[in-house]
Amino acid sequence: MHCYETIYDVIVVGAGHAGCEAALAAARIGCSTLLLTINLDAIALMSCNPAIGGLAKGHLVKEIDALGGEMAKNIDATGIQFRILNTRKGPAVRASRAQADKQLYRLRMKRIMEQQDNLFLKQGEVTGLYLEGNELRGVDTRSGIRFLGKTVVLTTGTFMRGLIHIGLTNYPGGRAGDLPSLGLSDQLRDLGFQVGRLKTGTPARLDGRTIDFSRLEAQYGDDPPVPFSFSTGRITMPQVPCHIAYTNQRSHDIIRSGLDRSPLYAGVIEGVGPRYCPSIEDKVVRFPDKERHQTFIEPEGLETVEVYPSGMSTSLPIDIQIPFYRSIEGLEHVEIMRPAYAIEYDYVDPIQLYASLETKPIPNLYHAGQINGTSGYEEAAAQGLMAGINAALRTKGLNPLVLGRSEAYIGVMIDDLITLGTKEPYRMFTSRAEYRLLLREDNADLRLREKGYSVGLVPEADFERFLRKRELIAAEYERICSSRIVMDSREHEFLSTHGLSDIQKGTTFEQLLRRPEVTYGELAEFDDVSRETVPEVREQVEIQVKYRGYIERQLEQVERARKLESTQLPADLNYSSIHGLTTEVREKLSRNRPETLGQASRIPGVTPAAISVLSIALKSDSWKRAGSETRLEEA
Amino acid sequence: MYIEDTIAAISTPHGEGGIGIVRISGGNAEAIGRRLFRFRKGGDFTSHYLHYGAVTEPESGGMIDEAMAVLMRAPNSYTREDVLELHCHGGMLVVERVLAAVLACGARLAEPGEFTRRAFVNGRIDLLQAEAVMDVIAAKTEASLALAQRQREGALSLKIGEIRQALTRSLAFVEAYIDFPEDDIGQTDNDALRVAADDVLVSIGRLLSGFDEGRILREGISVLIVGKPNAGKSSLLNCLLRENRAIVTPIPGTTRDVIEESINLGGLAVRLLDTAGIRHTDDVVEREGISCALDKIPLADLVLFVLDTSRFFDDEDRLILDAVRGKRTIAVLNKCDLPMAIELPPEITTLPQAVISAGAALGVDGLRELIRTTFLHDVPLDSREFVAISRARHRDALVSARSHLQRFLSGLEEGRELETLAIDLRDALSAVGQVTGEISTDDVLDMIFSSFCIGK
Ligand SMILES: Cc1cc2nc3c(=O)[nH]c(=O)nc-3n(C[C@H](O)[C@H](O)[C@H](O)COP(=O)(O)OP(=O)(O)OC[C@H]3O[C@@H](n4cnc5c(N)ncnc54)[C@H](O)[C@@H]3O)c2cc1C
Repeated sequence: MHCYETIYDVIVVGAGHAGCEAALAAARIGCSTLLLTINLDAIALMSCNPAIGGLAKGHLVKEIDALGGEMAKNIDATGIQFRILNTRKGPAVRASRAQADKQLYRLRMKRIMEQQDNLFLKQGEVTGLYLEGNELRGVDTRSGIRFLGKTVVLTTGTFMRGLIHIGLTNYPGGRAGDLPSLGLSDQLRDLGFQVGRLKTGTPARLDGRTIDFSRLEAQYGDDPPVPFSFSTGRITMPQVPCHIAYTNQRSHDIIRSGLDRSPLYAGVIEGVGPRYCPSIEDKVVRFPDKERHQTFIEPEGLETVEVYPSGMSTSLPIDIQIPFYRSIEGLEHVEIMRPAYAIEYDYVDPIQLYASLETKPIPNLYHAGQINGTSGYEEAAAQGLMAGINAALRTKGLNPLVLGRSEAYIGVMIDDLITLGTKEPYRMFTSRAEYRLLLREDNADLRLREKGYSVGLVPEADFERFLRKRELIAAEYERICSSRIVMDSREHEFLSTHGLSDIQKGTTFEQLLRRPEVTYGELAEFDDVSRETVPEVREQVEIQVKYRGYIERQLEQVERARKLESTQLPADLNYSSIHGLTTEVREKLSRNRPETLGQASRIPGVTPAAISVLSIALKSDSWKRAGSETRLEEA
Repeated sequence: MYIEDTIAAISTPHGEGGIGIVRISGGNAEAIGRRLFRFRKGGDFTSHYLHYGAVTEPESGGMIDEAMAVLMRAPNSYTREDVLELHCHGGMLVVERVLAAVLACGARLAEPGEFTRRAFVNGRIDLLQAEAVMDVIAAKTEASLALAQRQREGALSLKIGEIRQALTRSLAFVEAYIDFPEDDIGQTDNDALRVAADDVLVSIGRLLSGFDEGRILREGISVLIVGKPNAGKSSLLNCLLRENRAIVTPIPGTTRDVIEESINLGGLAVRLLDTAGIRHTDDVVEREGISCALDKIPLADLVLFVLDTSRFFDDEDRLILDAVRGKRTIAVLNKCDLPMAIELPPEITTLPQAVISAGAALGVDGLRELIRTTFLHDVPLDSREFVAISRARHRDALVSARSHLQRFLSGLEEGRELETLAIDLRDALSAVGQVTGEISTDDVLDMIFSSFCIGK
């Protein structure tokens, strides 16, 4: 093994969505960073659908942006259709989504990384960690080069022992067209990691020239397109539509006729697949009464004829795939350019991670992305960002950045992963966030900009613009709370035309705005100042007023939980020495090793009484009698 | 010291002893005391001083029970926080009403061991003491978990299970509309959500009345007969007793000088609260005046207000009427066999009424039935069901589930946003979940994926 001379601060393994954010974050914080990946032409490649965002995922992208990550900027620069979903519902559950030009997306990300100071890109497949005893020193590659690093971030995606299935045919691969990563997961298992197997799938890519789009319904994006990033002024890419098509009874019959050769139903696939991304055969089998299933035909880019039929993933053999896609109206003559397939891969149970994403068994090793059992680009990118930040902070001897469940979807996701582990691919949903009304796309910057700035990821200019915005919001909120109705003629007229004659003189504008009949925009009918308010300020003020009761309720819950969340449990706490815990609870706590009382309370089976017992034991030093030396922080 | 929220719990063993203590600890203890406690002689709290007065409902101001209150200001209390104790003596039913009132004022039901935890954390007791207490609590919790396990097979847990299922389903629908706008799952069906919520409310209502009935079945109710002299109190009492002669069991009063007679009204144990001597002659009563009887009003679950319809409504009647205000009362219109002279004020006509003639033994059956149905609803009784929710914690959970659901329904009516409706449903679900075990997000996701064909 040839040992390369440089010792890097951070080595990132994998240049998927997790790896790119991790490498950029570490380099931007000022760490010398090496990014190793199997194929330098497949950086930030979208393995599945050519789109970013959606419910909860859009939230993650905005949070990544607020913290100083790249994903939002990358999609803004390469997106070819932007839509805000749920516009008819409230602001907390509105989310952005965009179609990407897949090739431009990856090329731009590659360019950004190539231009980044401190960041070095090299092609190479990592076959193992290089350890001295239990101390991580670097990584070994297939081509015989050893790279040394103080910290390592693994973001191997679907590549470890990847196995591609098309019908009963299967072959090793990290993704169609890419080599798998072999050896690494065996070593991880030997090092004491719980390595498991998951499965996911993707539809065929179709030749757009062989589709009769005139028979499909077109779906256009928003005009004007609204960007993801708080720093993007305007979207300049040309915008194109998607098209909606439907399966029919005949399609379903074709699917059924091939089930005996489905690797899943034939028992060839052992990995667990995601329930929220079912293959078309799953849908047909589980919902036999549904007459048709919808698909969005999404463009893969401006310069290609390839299109992606969403929701139509399958692992059925190719002789079923062809008639199946051709049974869809408008697709009668369609040609498949790349077949649909399923992929099985190794992941490592995230229950073995700290909230910083550092692994418990091996210090200075971090895991991010699909290796942790998640699925989705945004989930991966968010973890990559956090792992990159924390690896960098480690090399500087600083405390990790950990986001709480009440601060960010990123916090919810990581807490779910490390507290409960994953048995099936984990995807973000807004319903996973108990404080959903606080965690909105629109206030991601208010929640996280400061944190991104403090770790050194948010540039000065962006931060100053943010501070100005925050001041304006506070000032405007203050103004409407202190401005009162004096009952001049304009106010009088406003109230009577809006059916608000019960409003008394002396009512504040804020109280008026709380009424469902009144929008902020309408205040301008009598309040000249409000007409001048910039949209981003207006939006915040209106949301704060309209959601007020619920926001306060959620803030109260957050406050109540705060003490539990902030009480640390020492890593070497000996649970069997604690008086008053049941055997079941002891076992669970010893296995999961929660970091805080809050985390402990979310482990199924850990009762409130157990939490009380624990918190008493913590305050004492009785657990130390069992031979541990760490001193407890008195809260 | 920590700034913690204010907690409350019944701190006397359940169903034991004549006195029940509700203990409140935290920054709001004193404020809650001010809201609920009415001083007999006016005035304000003095730390560590036993005040005499009454506990009242926070909303209506109606009296719940006579009580003693003692405020122990921080740091000279068990938890080293402000602690308020309300000592009530009206039996467990009353104590739980007091606790409910305290919770309605914003206190939170204490977790098992929470007072002790605070006492320890604030340095009031040492570790050994705390561990000793926690041992007991942990053991109790395990015992009650075992109990819960057994109850899981019972009728109650089936009902709770149904309620949870229905709520999970509604929440799953709401969440699916929020999280999957691009999937082909149609529009929210508000009618279905409303119907489901209404059904759940009915079930919860039934369980709650079962709760009261369960307690009532085990402990019985106390009934006080009041009325001006010669209204017919003794005849009524004798009437009620005579018809139940076989099961009359005189119980000498222990703590209060009251003689209790127990009768059984179709399964309902009724203790007739009687001032000493009331059974003998009306003369004695006249000598004592009615004030003695009026003092007992707070102790009773039900007051029978006997009115003589052959005479006019006079000042004495008015005095009694004022005293029973806010109390569960039946107006007994006696002497219906004589010509009617009384003109009933509106406060009386709105009360449940029984028209009888105690002398001629007319209408007494109707009165008995009225007493019974006032407490036991027409739901068929199954005593097994009562056991399970007879813990205040469970009842509290169901009551809060009910109020979240009511908010959900009114939100649906007003057309509020889905994501705020989801909060109400989620809160209702987690409240119900406290009775049998927690709800997890995964339950909702499971329901979504099994109900809708979702995913791309
Ligand atoms: C067939 C398929 C279907 C999918 N379907 C969906 C879906 O329906 N919905 C959804 O949300 N997500 C889906 N995904 C998942 C989505 O692509 C991933 O969640 C996301 O890309 C994960 O990002 P990542 O950074 O963790 O890993 P990846 O994007 O997979 O990137 C991993 C990177 O690591 C590199 N690498 C791996 N091992 C090594 C090694 N040993 N040495 C050096 N480099 C290495 C690879 O070359 C690659 O660059 C699918 C993925 C595939 C392949």
